[in-house]
Amino acid sequence: MTHDAHYTTHLPGGHHWSLRLRRGTTLTLTAKQADSNVGLLCYNPENLLERLNLPDTLKAQHTFKLTQGHCLYSDMGRIFASITHDDLGWHDSVGGNLMPHHLLAKGWQPVSYQQAHNDWTRTGFDAFLVELAKYGLGRRDMAANLNLFSRVESDDAGKLSYVSDHCQPGNRVTLRFEMDTLVLLHTCPHPLDPAADYPRRGVDIALGIAEAPNEDDPCYRSRPENARGFANNRLYHLGL
Amino acid sequence: MIIESTLRPENAVSRTTVNAGDHYIGVVKRGQTLRILDLEGNQAADTLFFSAADTAEHYSAMDTVREQGAVYLTAGSKLISSEGRTMLTLTADTCGRHDTLGGACASESNTVRYDLEKRHMHSCRDNWMQAIVNHPEYGLTKRDITHNINFFMNVPVTADGGLTFEDGISAPGKYVEMVAEMDVIVLVSNCPQLNNPCNGYDPTPIELLVWE
Repeated sequence: MTHDAHYTTHLPGGHHWSLRLRRGTTLTLTAKQADSNVGLLCYNPENLLERLNLPDTLKAQHTFKLTQGHCLYSDMGRIFASITHDDLGWHDSVGGNLMPHHLLAKGWQPVSYQQAHNDWTRTGFDAFLVELAKYGLGRRDMAANLNLFSRVESDDAGKLSYVSDHCQPGNRVTLRFEMDTLVLLHTCPHPLDPAADYPRRGVDIALGIAEAPNEDDPCYRSRPENARGFANNRLYHLGL
Repeated sequence: MIIESTLRPENAVSRTTVNAGDHYIGVVKRGQTLRILDLEGNQAADTLFFSAADTAEHYSAMDTVREQGAVYLTAGSKLISSEGRTMLTLTADTCGRHDTLGGACASESNTVRYDLEKRHMHSCRDNWMQAIVNHPEYGLTKRDITHNINFFMNVPVTADGGLTFEDGISAPGKYVEMVAEMDVIVLVSNCPQLNNPCNGYDPTPIELLVWE
């Protein structure tokens, strides 16, 4: 499925943005460098108390990773977005955010705006707080985020490991929005990224228009749970 | 990791039985030890923690998983807050593994997981809502209800990225114990789930014990 890009832009590494995407639009992110990372959160702009719920997303689809065919669920049993295209096969659901204390622990020198202007080292945690504040939200409202393009595996004993070289330049992921969604994005590094210096890896962003999904849609059909999630969206659009 | 406790129930400063489908909210002070006891086995205790000094700081499942480098909780695990601080440390565990990825059952997610018409059954999320509405003195609202620990639940992750729900590995009398590293509000929903075999379709009571 191809989409005409109605708007394209670039989000440089270590930066953040938020945008409201209407039902029926698509967001395509293209990595420009290896080991890119995009933190992503979703909220309902009509009711900011409804937000991305990764535990519900994982257990509804019996998965620890997210990829094409999966849907992103809110805490109200609805689907914010479907992953309609993915070059990577694995996006991280458990790594969370780069925190201020990680900068020191990693030896990624905290560089202030005074010193470095727009090349200062920002954390995903602070990036999301800045975007949340624009909508009257704060620390209480920061849910667990997705880390697009990153891969964190678990072995049989539950031990986690970050996989380097997972993302390559040109890798692309597309989200199709199934309801109006406030999207928060940042391009700060993954907290488990072992890079010696604070990595700045930006992404290209394209916004487009999707064809309306039908019952043959791969995201709809990938699990019986998702058919019920789409049914909940239909009820929501009826006004329930 | 199985580590037994040396604390004796008769020396606890408080003992509270929480029936299936009921909630508990209370404060555990820094230095106190909290034990959650699975009285009849295969129960799930859906638990959230908040800093008593600033409830915007809360238990964070993802920060906990990342900082300990492991997806399951057991003795030795540190429960990390949304600000990166240790809230509690698990000091004893006779179960061996606890889940923090699966989240809590909710009326809304039950419609997705089981059937659209399952929405009217009692759930952990509704249980928490009841707790925060009944206890406005803690200052918690729906926006504070975040991703929790499922003590006694077994949700294995596979190396290829699958997530499975297995029968419980708990049994009558198994417990998990933790010492508070800061004053915390404890919010527990003793899970009323009737739709999956995690508790044998028979939710049962737990007991919460606190030692100085």
